Amino acid sequence: MRFIQKRLSYLLIYMAKRIITFEKAINEATIQEMERDSSVFLFGLDVTDHKKIFGTTQGLEKFGKVRFFGTPLSEDAMTGVALGAAITGLRPIHVHIRVDFLLLAMNQLINMAAATSYNSAGQLHAPIVIRAVIGRGWGQGPQHSKSLQSLFAHIPGLKVIMPSRPYDAKGLLTAAIRDNNPVIVIEHRWLHYIEGDVPAEPYTIPLGKSHILRKGKDITIVATSWMNVEAFKAAEILLSKHGVEAEIVDVRTIYPLDDETIVKSVKKTGYCIVADYDWEFCGFSAEVAARVSEKCFTTLKSPVKRVAFPHVFTPTTRVLENKFYPNAVTIIREVEKKLSLKEADLQGEDFYSWENKFRGPF
Amino acid sequence: MNPLEIYKTLYLIRGSEELIINHYKENEMKTPMHMSMGEEAIVVAIVAALQKKDLVFGTYRSHALYLAKTGDIDGFFAELYGKVTGSARGKAGSMHLAKPSKNMMLTSAVVGTTIPVAVGAALSNKIQKNNRIVATFFGDGAIDEGVFWESLNFACLKQLPILFVCEDNNLAIHSHIKERQGYRSIEQVVSQFNCLVGSSETTDVFEIYKLTANILEKMKKSGKPAFLHLKYYRYLEHVGVQEDFSSNYRSREEYLRWKKVDPILIARKYLLKTGVKEEEIVIMEKNINLKLQKSINKAKNALYPEETELFTDIYG
Repeated sequence: MRFIQKRLSYLLIYMAKRIITFEKAINEATIQEMERDSSVFLFGLDVTDHKKIFGTTQGLEKFGKVRFFGTPLSEDAMTGVALGAAITGLRPIHVHIRVDFLLLAMNQLINMAAATSYNSAGQLHAPIVIRAVIGRGWGQGPQHSKSLQSLFAHIPGLKVIMPSRPYDAKGLLTAAIRDNNPVIVIEHRWLHYIEGDVPAEPYTIPLGKSHILRKGKDITIVATSWMNVEAFKAAEILLSKHGVEAEIVDVRTIYPLDDETIVKSVKKTGYCIVADYDWEFCGFSAEVAARVSEKCFTTLKSPVKRVAFPHVFTPTTRVLENKFYPNAVTIIREVEKKLSLKEADLQGEDFYSWENKFRGPF
Repeated sequence: MNPLEIYKTLYLIRGSEELIINHYKENEMKTPMHMSMGEEAIVVAIVAALQKKDLVFGTYRSHALYLAKTGDIDGFFAELYGKVTGSARGKAGSMHLAKPSKNMMLTSAVVGTTIPVAVGAALSNKIQKNNRIVATFFGDGAIDEGVFWESLNFACLKQLPILFVCEDNNLAIHSHIKERQGYRSIEQVVSQFNCLVGSSETTDVFEIYKLTANILEKMKKSGKPAFLHLKYYRYLEHVGVQEDFSSNYRSREEYLRWKKVDPILIARKYLLKTGVKEEEIVIMEKNINLKLQKSINKAKNALYPEETELFTDIYG
């Protein structure tokens, strides 16, 4: 009887789970917030076309052309338009299919939107959500694959989030839409296809809270965005090959940064690797390394190691692209070095799985 | 339109800036001054033609706009002195004057940057169907910026209730318009967009008022945005409170020609011509001077923000 009860409760838990993709989670958060609050509107270059930004803006037509519209190729002015709408009572969501295009809007973003609250001594607020897609695809090259979270997080007045699970995507985007500040949402394109458990009803995840993606006692891996997927794969292999239990901290929010969770983890494990999906030099990984070094100096058993992009542009050709991007193997090798383990034989392990699945042209 | 009220505002603005000139050398107003002297008629006329509920956006040269739209001399002077009683608690200074509660929305120290924001506010007004007009003021330097054209294009595409006001003084800092623009006439270029266009070279506040009232009427009827191109002469250096004719990029003779049609002077003449007694004007001017002196003293005596304010209002 007890056995049956146990089985039944497992079954209920299983049934309660609702597995959807990251892309669908983004879409669902947008639709639910637009239904809840008529001041929310979404616009951007090609948001209404047949591809619908990897499907994330699917079905928004029901809100009409006033609340869902494509724009001219005027990134800077359109960011200004978002700000003007935001300071007069609306809540714009501005979408960019590539973060690289957002560089055209840096003046409005940094000089204007980020400084709005401060320059007006809090009389004005700028509740703007800016979604930008990043990441490797298929020979995207130097102008279609940047990340730039370090650059945005450097600017006071901006918040920066990088969800990696569908659950976080929905909860963090909902919180971003309800936030009174400009929030940059950085979405790795491969993450759009990731599936996970997402409640149907609206919910928020507070901006500025890290998440322990995997518990472990031997080493802390602090990861952003796609690097969580690589870190997770690395952790599985580290366990099977070496019996090492890696703890993964998914920072989720770049700014405001929840370094408490990171510090707590490092104090437990004594080792720290930061795996960031951005350039290493002057990058977010440097910020984390500095904070961990300052706050865990006496408990660290070795210096913090950073795994991030080298100081070069993303090449187009596959062989150099493979060399450019750090991955699970990079993380495994760094962990082995840190813990003085012999390099495990990784033949037969399945890496780059998403990369191999991906087909062009975009 | 009340000519006496219009003159009062003109005089208040000119008087405020004369006080700034007198006190700036004391080195207590630690903020870069971009003086409005010469442009007063444009700003006062347009603000008078607009309604209180209408929104205005300006530039770093917005002393006139701030005072015309809000009348808030205390917040103005205190802001220049960096005091906590200032319009932005002293944090913003001369280049970021704003008072959103009076629909003086935003100014900026980077040329052209409030234009798209004003367009966004106009979009917002249209979505909210609140019948409010937005006026955005900028110089001829701003139309060199790509964002001006992006903004104009979007406003015309969406037919937004916005009045673009180009206050053209021929200069972007010290560069003459002839060294910067590769087209014959801005009015001609803008007239190819789906909007209304008006222009004038007058410094007569009442003429500009009529022109603006007329174009606002047409905007309401047609639902189109509008572009006004208005000439004026910047009396003082680009930034600072001094004359700069000795630097030879422009001539004192040119200044003296414009000074003959000084906006405050010709508005005063107009009042006298329409039968207002000189004594009445003099009393009015005296009262404004007293009020301004009191306000500047108040600002000098006000407190600076607490050091903790460094960390407030970064996020809303």
